[in-house]
Amino acid sequence: MLTLLFDGIAYGMLLFVLAVGLAVTLGLMNFINLAHGAFAMAGGYITVLAMNRLGVPFLVCLPLAFLGAALLGAALEPLLYRRMYARPHLDQVLFSIGLVFIAVTAVDYFVGSMQQNIQVPAWLQGRFDISWVGIGKYRLFIIVVCAALTLALQWVLSRTRFGSQLRASVDDRRVAGGLGLNVNRIFLLTFAVGSGLAGLGGALGAEVLGLDPSFPLKFMIYFLIVCSVGGTTTITGPLLAALLLGIADVMGKYYAPKLGAFIVYTLMIVILLVRPQGLFVRAGGGK
Amino acid sequence: MNRKRRLVGQAILAALAFPSSTVVLAADTGPIKIGLILPMTGQSASTGRQIDAAVKLWVAQNGNKIAGRTVEVILKDDGAVPDATKRIAQELIVSDKVAVIAGFGITPTALATAPLATQSKTPLVVMAAATSSITEASPFIVRTSFTLPQVTISIADWAAKNKIKKVITLVADYGPGFDAEKFFDSQFRLNGGQILDKLRTPLRAPDFAPVLQKVSDAKPDALFVFLPSGQGAAFMKQFAERGLDKSGIRLIATGDVTDDDQLNDMGDVALGVVNSHHYSAAHPSPTNKKFVEAFQAANKGMRPNFMAVGGYDGMRVIYKALEATKGEGGEKLLAAMKGQVFESPRGPVLIDAQTRDIVQDVYIRKVERVPAMNNGLYNVEFDVIKAVKDPGKAK
Amino acid sequence: MKTAADGLKHAARWRWWELTLLGALVLSWFVLPGQSLLLNEIAILALFALSLDLILGYSGIVSLGHAAFFGFGSYAAALFAKLVMPDPWLGMLLAIALAALLGAITSVLILRGTDLTRLMVTLGVASILYELANKLDWLTGGADGLQGVVMGPLWTPFGAFDFDIAGRTAYAYTLFVLIVCLLVGRRLVHSPFGYSLQALRDNRLRAASIGLSVNARLVAVYTIAAAIAGAAGALLAQTSGFASLDVFDFHRSAEVLLVLVIGGTGYLYGGIFGAIVFKLLHDLVSAWTPQYWNFWLGVFLVVLVLVGRDKLTKPWTWWKRG
Repeated sequence: MLTLLFDGIAYGMLLFVLAVGLAVTLGLMNFINLAHGAFAMAGGYITVLAMNRLGVPFLVCLPLAFLGAALLGAALEPLLYRRMYARPHLDQVLFSIGLVFIAVTAVDYFVGSMQQNIQVPAWLQGRFDISWVGIGKYRLFIIVVCAALTLALQWVLSRTRFGSQLRASVDDRRVAGGLGLNVNRIFLLTFAVGSGLAGLGGALGAEVLGLDPSFPLKFMIYFLIVCSVGGTTTITGPLLAALLLGIADVMGKYYAPKLGAFIVYTLMIVILLVRPQGLFVRAGGGK
Repeated sequence: MNRKRRLVGQAILAALAFPSSTVVLAADTGPIKIGLILPMTGQSASTGRQIDAAVKLWVAQNGNKIAGRTVEVILKDDGAVPDATKRIAQELIVSDKVAVIAGFGITPTALATAPLATQSKTPLVVMAAATSSITEASPFIVRTSFTLPQVTISIADWAAKNKIKKVITLVADYGPGFDAEKFFDSQFRLNGGQILDKLRTPLRAPDFAPVLQKVSDAKPDALFVFLPSGQGAAFMKQFAERGLDKSGIRLIATGDVTDDDQLNDMGDVALGVVNSHHYSAAHPSPTNKKFVEAFQAANKGMRPNFMAVGGYDGMRVIYKALEATKGEGGEKLLAAMKGQVFESPRGPVLIDAQTRDIVQDVYIRKVERVPAMNNGLYNVEFDVIKAVKDPGKAK
Repeated sequence: MKTAADGLKHAARWRWWELTLLGALVLSWFVLPGQSLLLNEIAILALFALSLDLILGYSGIVSLGHAAFFGFGSYAAALFAKLVMPDPWLGMLLAIALAALLGAITSVLILRGTDLTRLMVTLGVASILYELANKLDWLTGGADGLQGVVMGPLWTPFGAFDFDIAGRTAYAYTLFVLIVCLLVGRRLVHSPFGYSLQALRDNRLRAASIGLSVNARLVAVYTIAAAIAGAAGALLAQTSGFASLDVFDFHRSAEVLLVLVIGGTGYLYGGIFGAIVFKLLHDLVSAWTPQYWNFWLGVFLVVLVLVGRDKLTKPWTWWKRG
């Protein structure tokens, strides 16, 4: 069913944009940030509030969401996160769970716990029907935006100086620092951009995935699946993992609805059993 | 060793500082206590909020004195976790000596507490949960909310009488969903209709794309939907996004999908959805108008929904029963609750003396914009099925 | 001259505070009859946290899905009481056995990979069990929960006691199980096996290089921890007469992790102290602001971790520098 495939790809791309920041943070700073979903939620709420209360057009909200979440990330990184890099993983998990609780309850307090609804502009509503494939306009939009982002990311990583500095730091932080790279600045920028992307994903996803204060908790497991299955040393790893997850989820629900949620979890466990480092890990690369 | 010493000391002190309560109440002159157990946190927090507001409204309007004694409502949060509910109920009954326990946001919390009600002979008033079997779990349970089968058979009947022959049902993958599916199926087929397929979506993080694809492939006359109240908007958006609303497939549902609490925020995608439920904030009776006005005035414009009316009527039942027994509890109080007939903001209501369940009118409504009410979206009633008994029991 | 054996024996002797604690626990049943319900909940949580300490504190396995065993034990005991016979002791034994089996089977999954892998896998197992319990609603009651669990009387050397509404029998029962498991756990960690676990927690590679079979030990401790968690779950089901999907939920796994961390990992009693402090705090803060308990919990966690987990249990270091 081609339409299903299309839907799965859209879902997968969205998951990728949401999770790529987490993958990079994990790979770069070896930090398990369970609060990543909170940045996505921030972007979503910025969009919803800007659109519903201030009448800002949807397309303007997207970069706003990105910026807002990125600024939030840039503020929190030196303030809080930086102190946690050397800590054991358990501490990081607890810390980020604490942040999630704060974020979730703060949003509940200020905005309320109901599902937020946005009205996407009319030119994004509806669909094209091309022979057997029904292409939802909004989902097509998601795919286009996310694909563009992926290409941009890939380009930055492989063609720019910053990109090679980033890759060097991921491979071996100490040596990179020893070579004179300002590792702190790289971390800050990367964290900010990763959070910004999550925010953008949250904004894009508000229409499709829904938005309420429990968003970080609900989707955290999906982000983590993308990162653990995709590995954290490349961009393409999480991309493929996200696509796999999106398509498997959608197909599974159509063809085997009784199995529903099992498919995703079982698939993940099987993959991790066979390749505990993730499906698409590049060989080599020290810690 | 020092750290352990301190910790031990702290722990022991903390534990002993807890007052062991064997509060002795003079049976006839102390306050009458009502235990209210609601989910104020967690997924069902909006239910708790609505009922809490309704209870406070009732007390504000009707005072807190019955038979010369003060009435005290003790509110506790169970977060919709059944073993917490049970423990809290136990404490309320044993330590606080409440005359009645009320609330219960979701079915498992009521079922978990049922044996306690029987054992301690404390009436239990269910203000929110909607599974048929609850009232059968204990002879002390009285319900003022509704049952899902009650409203489901009503829409099934309506559909059968309105040229809808082939239906696909779509429900969330949990208890109430299965109930809705079962009763719609049996009632609709009883009326000669045909169920093309029965679809389920997972309760958490649902993506409706695959199921909607199946619906559009099968082309039924109508799609019957039951979803918990947060998911209605997302569903309707995706329904419209796939062009299904224009394809001649009607959308029918139970009123949980067009919950008054969220309806106004859903936007135009909700327009035209025909659904059945026992309460609409737009119900055109003077009792309701007063209720809605007072509720909104006391709660910053928040609209009351069917949960709130369950709480409001629950208090009515409790108060009238306490007045009849002059503050006594136990079996006398239960007897005074059974058989109550009154006008609720939702319409006329009866607490059945046999089943202790609620018998009420179920309305068929359509979502429309009401210019007279700020042009907001409301469930506008256009048909009614009177005095529906819960079919889950009616033997 | 002290030999290694003497050293180990010395480390394993009973400290005064351990005896005091045990005494206080037993005493609490007599002294605080009105609080039996709350104390029962605390004791169950303490037992659950103790089981987590074995794998987290002593073996370094970070698990976000420990509720899988808790829930499994819970349903096992509840179903046994409902379908077979309502004797609490037999149900408990069955729950422990089944939870241990589940632990042994799933322990294979946590052997390889990084911390993240383990986190995901444990989370996945708990989620799958949740979905299974939801799907098999003809057996488990699904989202409505399993009702009709009426426990029979508890046979003790002092006579047969029914589970009363004030929870006194329940608390006595739970205390008994808690103390037994505590003794078992204590025996375990003060044995060569226990020390080898700490060795592999601290440096797995080195432990393997001196010939310790890492995998076998991990499987063993994971199984034991699962069994104890299953016992805690069975206690919950038996003392509340009910089992619902909620026992598998993520918030249970997260909560027990928090409790253990608050009390301190790696010395076995952290679970008990953590449970007491956590529950009391929860009750206090909830009474004051029921909706925003999670907020303060989050703040507490962030501050705790930033400042250093050890510092919570060493108040005198709060003002020290360096």
